[in-house]
Amino acid sequence: MREAGRTFSIVLTFCIMFAFWMILTAWTVYLPEPYDIFKVSSRGVLAALIVTFLTYEIFVPNKGKNVLLKIRRFIPYVAWELWQIYLATIDVTKRVFGILPVDPRIIEFDTTLRSDFALVTFANSITLTPGTITIDVDPERGIYIVHAIAKEPADSLTVDQTMQKKVGHVFMEE
Amino acid sequence: MLAIEVISTVFLAAGAFFMITGTAGLLKFPDFYTRLHATGKADTLGQILIIVGCMIYEGFSFITIKLLLVSAFYLLVGPTGTHALIRAAYVTGVPVWKKGDNRM
Repeated sequence: MREAGRTFSIVLTFCIMFAFWMILTAWTVYLPEPYDIFKVSSRGVLAALIVTFLTYEIFVPNKGKNVLLKIRRFIPYVAWELWQIYLATIDVTKRVFGILPVDPRIIEFDTTLRSDFALVTFANSITLTPGTITIDVDPERGIYIVHAIAKEPADSLTVDQTMQKKVGHVFMEE
Repeated sequence: MLAIEVISTVFLAAGAFFMITGTAGLLKFPDFYTRLHATGKADTLGQILIIVGCMIYEGFSFITIKLLLVSAFYLLVGPTGTHALIRAAYVTGVPVWKKGDNRM
């Protein structure tokens, strides 16, 4: 079972690395020449293999389960996050022009998240959403220290907890 | 062709507007932490809009995908840089502005 997980992570890393190489390199270099699939891909396969064997343990951790399902749940989350970035910029624009008040405070709250990916994603999401920036994270107890620019953004994290539930759903840590 | 130029100009202008707003916030807000709010957030949307404007102007090619990757990379790096700055300030004890204090 452990061996199967390792093969899966190697194959997945290789596919992503090779697709990345094709997008960045292959088309701009080889497009004017007559199309030759072996010539086009051989260098890319070599480069992708080297990178795969250096990084597959970090890129797709062996203990991680349901990686494909997590990736599939992550895509709608990114779309929601882009909408939140738009709202955050409108919010900070209003505060710059004096329509909304500036009343900063530092808050602390704890979450149920424990894995590295979930903690990092949630910290970055806090920084991107309206009116809050992550200051520090305690990874063992899941405690976040957050700087909020006014009362409402702080309440949306401590009382409402929509984003925390969404991240928990993506990484299956409700 | 004219429509494409108009749409991309609108995107570039909106991006420039948010960048200028971020800079105005940097000058206006009272302390270090709130200034990071202005720059960290407004710049993220500003650069996305500018890159989308470039993508529309260029038309669909593999340069478009590269621009999209630059944009996605910024989404990862922008919050991380903001977080590193604000954590360094918090750990070294930069004072936090409360409502009613003087500007710092």
